[in-house]
Amino acid sequence: MKKLLIDGVPGHGWLMLAVTTALLLAAPLFVNDYLITVLILIFYFAYAGQAWNIMMGFAGQLSLGHALYVGLGAYAAAGLYVHFGVGPWIGMGAAIIISGVVAVILGYLAFRFGVGGVYFAILTIAFAEFARIGFDHIKFLGASSGLFLPVKQYVSNDLWSLRGKPVMFYYLMLVLMLVALGICRMLLRSRLGYYWRAIREDEQAAQSLGIDVFRCKMYAVVISAAMTSVAGVFFAFYYNNLFPEQVFHISRSIEIILGPIIGGIGTLVGPIVGAFVLTIFSEGMTELLEVFKLTSPGAKQVFYGIALLVVILLMPHGIWPPIARALGLAEKSGEGKPTDEKP
Amino acid sequence: MLQIANLDVFYGDAQALDAVSLEVAEGVIVAIVGANGAGKTSLIRTIAGMNRPRAGTIHFRGQDIAGWPSFKVCDLGIGQVAEGRQVFPTLSVAENLEMGAMLPRARAHRERNRDRVLSLFPILAERSKQAAGTLSGGEQQMLAIARCLMGEPQLVMFDEPSLGLAPAIVQDVLRTIVQLNKEGLTCILVEQNVAVSLKIASHAYVLENGRIVMSGTGGELLGNDKVREAYLGM
Repeated sequence: MKKLLIDGVPGHGWLMLAVTTALLLAAPLFVNDYLITVLILIFYFAYAGQAWNIMMGFAGQLSLGHALYVGLGAYAAAGLYVHFGVGPWIGMGAAIIISGVVAVILGYLAFRFGVGGVYFAILTIAFAEFARIGFDHIKFLGASSGLFLPVKQYVSNDLWSLRGKPVMFYYLMLVLMLVALGICRMLLRSRLGYYWRAIREDEQAAQSLGIDVFRCKMYAVVISAAMTSVAGVFFAFYYNNLFPEQVFHISRSIEIILGPIIGGIGTLVGPIVGAFVLTIFSEGMTELLEVFKLTSPGAKQVFYGIALLVVILLMPHGIWPPIARALGLAEKSGEGKPTDEKP
Repeated sequence: MLQIANLDVFYGDAQALDAVSLEVAEGVIVAIVGANGAGKTSLIRTIAGMNRPRAGTIHFRGQDIAGWPSFKVCDLGIGQVAEGRQVFPTLSVAENLEMGAMLPRARAHRERNRDRVLSLFPILAERSKQAAGTLSGGEQQMLAIARCLMGEPQLVMFDEPSLGLAPAIVQDVLRTIVQLNKEGLTCILVEQNVAVSLKIASHAYVLENGRIVMSGTGGELLGNDKVREAYLGM
């Protein structure tokens, strides 16, 4: 485990990680409440983006329906809490299991019957849309009028029930983002990670070398889904309300994948960098447009879209790879050796 | 070593292989020749476990492996060098070779096997850190063969190894196959380059529209008028 997690990171890489973490740990002492909520959003996207990146970036399986797992995780934990008083940490277990089972079904349907490429992506959209419409009719979970978690004024933070001030969520999401980074590094450097790379590069060739392609793709889908559902649990307990129309909507899925795309698909740090850049940019754009009195509806989306277009044209592999090269942090090709360790 | 009997393979309703039977003895080169679309690649993919046969048996060392998943077939020691080379383009040459040794059986000996394939293909040692996609066509074919050998196969199926290569390189590739065969590797060679493959094969089958229409030693088929007319343009 140490070999996969720790080895191979240069000294200045650790230094940068330590400085960034220290700054983020100290940030709540200096910044205002608004910035705290922006940073929570960034950590959320960084975490969910990393989870999505396992499937697409590592194993090459495009999911356009990750809102499905966010929603399932959110509804599983919130439903248990509202109706049975079960705390979110136990609810998280339920969220992981439910999302995992749904991912197994989706993966089995797709991979057993040879659904690949864009058709696989369409299947992921179909599952998310199916959930969106289906949850509209589950009365027990509030149907289309929403499921609400009880909210009151908190004097102290209740970590066990996840009831508390934003700053509690700030630290939780920060930890979650960093843990995901560790998990992703171990996965990518493990034997499974090498199988995924082979499948991403050329599935037929991977198969002809004796890699159990079906099983490896299933692992990618299930691990990614399970991790994403954890983000859903925090989504539910942070926002305190859930509407199928909102949580399962395809725009949720798109939001998740923009970070890794802009940051660098398949890289470890890319999804995190992408989440920072996009969220800060999006929030900054709102402020800027207000200054220039450009508040007509849709104006922000237009400028946001143009900006994304420019980034993709200028840096087709994302923002992180050129930065990583400049900092000497890029994983060097040619020196990679599959290890015998299991994640 | 390998006995195939009455193999039927379908893609939907279209029949790709019709009652194909053939035999590969240990230590030989068997050529399978035929026109485009005759079913050569389907046959290889079916043996490799990438297509499921509808009927028939494939016995490898006495075990019926028809319908087995490809990773299990590989683990038995049946390797393939697929058509169009299929190296992992963004991975380095060294990483491509490592990918060939992913089977638990082969992983233990990967250092030894790497030394062996690098002495067989010295150019790959020079290119070790280069991305495989930047190699020339011939070098990629060498890499595909070397990567396959990293998995310690006993039987290797070569699907059109000369496709898209310059004539001089084709000679190199075929010489390599003969060399490997001399060292004890059993080979199935699928080629459109009929004349050359019949020359190096000890036994050959002619596949037409999914059926075996003729078989014999390489020399017999080379002398056969029908073969000469249909495949050699004589």
